[in-house]
Amino acid sequence: MSTRSRKAVLHWVGVHSLGVAAALFFVLPFVFLLLTSLMGDRQALTRDLWPDTWEWGNYAAVWNTPGFLTWWRNTLLYAGLGTLLTVVSSVPVAYALAKFRFRARRLSLMLVIAMMMLPPQVVVIPMYLFWAKQLGLTGSLWPLIIPMAFGDAFSIFLLRQFLLTIPDEYLDAARVDGCGELRTLLRVVLPMARPGIAAVALFQFFYAWNDYFGPQIYASDNPAAWTLSYGLESFKGAHHTNWNLTMAATVLVMAPVIVLFFFAQKAFVEGVTLTGVKG
Amino acid sequence: MTAAAAPTAAHTAPDGAPDPAARARRRRSALRTAAFMSPWLIGFAVFFAYPLLSTVYFSFTKYDGFRQPVFNGLDNWSYVFTDSPAFWPAMRNTLWLVVVMVGCRVAFGLGIGLLITKIKTGTGIFRTLFYLPYLAPPVAATLAFVFLLNPGTGPVNTVLDAVGLPTPGWFTDPSWSKPALTALALWGVGDLMVIFMAALLDVPKEQYEAAELDGAGSWARFRHITLPNISPIVLFAVVTGVIQAMQYYTQPLVAGKVAAGVIGGSGQQFEPGYPDKSTLTLPQLVYNLGFQRFDYGTACVIALVLFTLSMAFTALLMRRRGGLIGAGE
Repeated sequence: MSTRSRKAVLHWVGVHSLGVAAALFFVLPFVFLLLTSLMGDRQALTRDLWPDTWEWGNYAAVWNTPGFLTWWRNTLLYAGLGTLLTVVSSVPVAYALAKFRFRARRLSLMLVIAMMMLPPQVVVIPMYLFWAKQLGLTGSLWPLIIPMAFGDAFSIFLLRQFLLTIPDEYLDAARVDGCGELRTLLRVVLPMARPGIAAVALFQFFYAWNDYFGPQIYASDNPAAWTLSYGLESFKGAHHTNWNLTMAATVLVMAPVIVLFFFAQKAFVEGVTLTGVKG
Repeated sequence: MTAAAAPTAAHTAPDGAPDPAARARRRRSALRTAAFMSPWLIGFAVFFAYPLLSTVYFSFTKYDGFRQPVFNGLDNWSYVFTDSPAFWPAMRNTLWLVVVMVGCRVAFGLGIGLLITKIKTGTGIFRTLFYLPYLAPPVAATLAFVFLLNPGTGPVNTVLDAVGLPTPGWFTDPSWSKPALTALALWGVGDLMVIFMAALLDVPKEQYEAAELDGAGSWARFRHITLPNISPIVLFAVVTGVIQAMQYYTQPLVAGKVAAGVIGGSGQQFEPGYPDKSTLTLPQLVYNLGFQRFDYGTACVIALVLFTLSMAFTALLMRRRGGLIGAGE
């Protein structure tokens, strides 16, 4: 073997060993999580890493915990309806920011970015008082869902970045054919923007699924309105010596997003790239 | 404010001939813009401008949410900066997170991004495995890490003990709680990996080939070709990391609660920051002051400090020249 090809082989081995080591770092927490979720009550409190008996019933026990199904339903409502509203309300705004010429465009875009970077805690006190005293909607998820009908800054920004990549010629052609702006948007732009919309929908779904602060502020005093992310922590509180059940619940909260990811991997990775990199 | 700005802009546009047809067209186009922008214009007014102004107002009042707010000048502000036992610890924690956690995350993300571009066999599998933890919901991931890093019986300390290494108290020890959170943040480095991977694949191949002909070693190539080419992305990762660090909420709060063994989900009895304020951050302080102590005035001061810091770093992202997210035209 020549020195050159031996070097190439060594390089391959070195790179892939590092790859395996990194993969262990990323995967082992999941493995320990799964193993513990299948242990018996008492074994989960010991230093054992491998289950003596495989307690698949732990998952049924979590599933049948009072409230767990309600948290599921609430989470689906928040994530599903919220995502739908976000897409419908954000697309026209993003289209205007990407394709219309108007004087306040740059200012509007800067304000969108400012809103995108605004931590929810900054305005939470007036917002809480607004939903509690003006509208009496606290104790439910509506204070989190309704605002999504008014455009989400991050989604608007991401869609705008995507729409910029659609050449103006397509829009001009549609306008020459006599399409108004709304028809141009619906007939020409939307089909071309499908990957961008998919990415935004996924991000928004994940955001709602993962949200802890929102349900904590608006729904904490009403367990019937809790989501999985919020309920999971109280589950730990109620079963605080049952690490096996807590880990099973954790797996059940993680699983849907991971399954969703496998179905929509491409759209997701494209979306992440779109957030950061332009030119 | 932009609602008014859009039509006016078209209406008073400098224009020589008073052509009524052109004028009507411009007005139509301004109305159309306003119509397309309308969801966000309402959202901006109701969910950003109004509550932000309210927050400023409340910060100068004594207000508990039940009795009417009473103007008290700069009392809340001077309390926060001089007397509050929690504000400066939270700021120090944030500084630690900005320097150590963000630094580690960017370096690790770049390292994993480089590694994935070098892996030639099973790239798809490796990429998916590296990316997955980023998707784990924060509450679930935090619970998992509190379990993994459980000082007495957790798998990590079990392994450390077996190989004769010291076994830290992690989330229960004030000097190890932030490193434990950093480990959690490194686990979820997938977003940075994807961004760096895309940037690394964009570096022109010819530059590497030319450098190789000149006999540059791999470090020299990284230092003189890779880094300069991806430096805007590194800066983007650092600045967004800093913004995220200032907003760090769910992970430290849940880790603190679970490690402290607090029971129940209402959170009324748990003071964030366990152990010993070592995981306290500004957003948690807003929650604590506003929703646990009903001291809305002081909570609003913290909220405004958080706002100012976030916007200062956001401005870095938006500078017209060398701006990072293309807000320029």
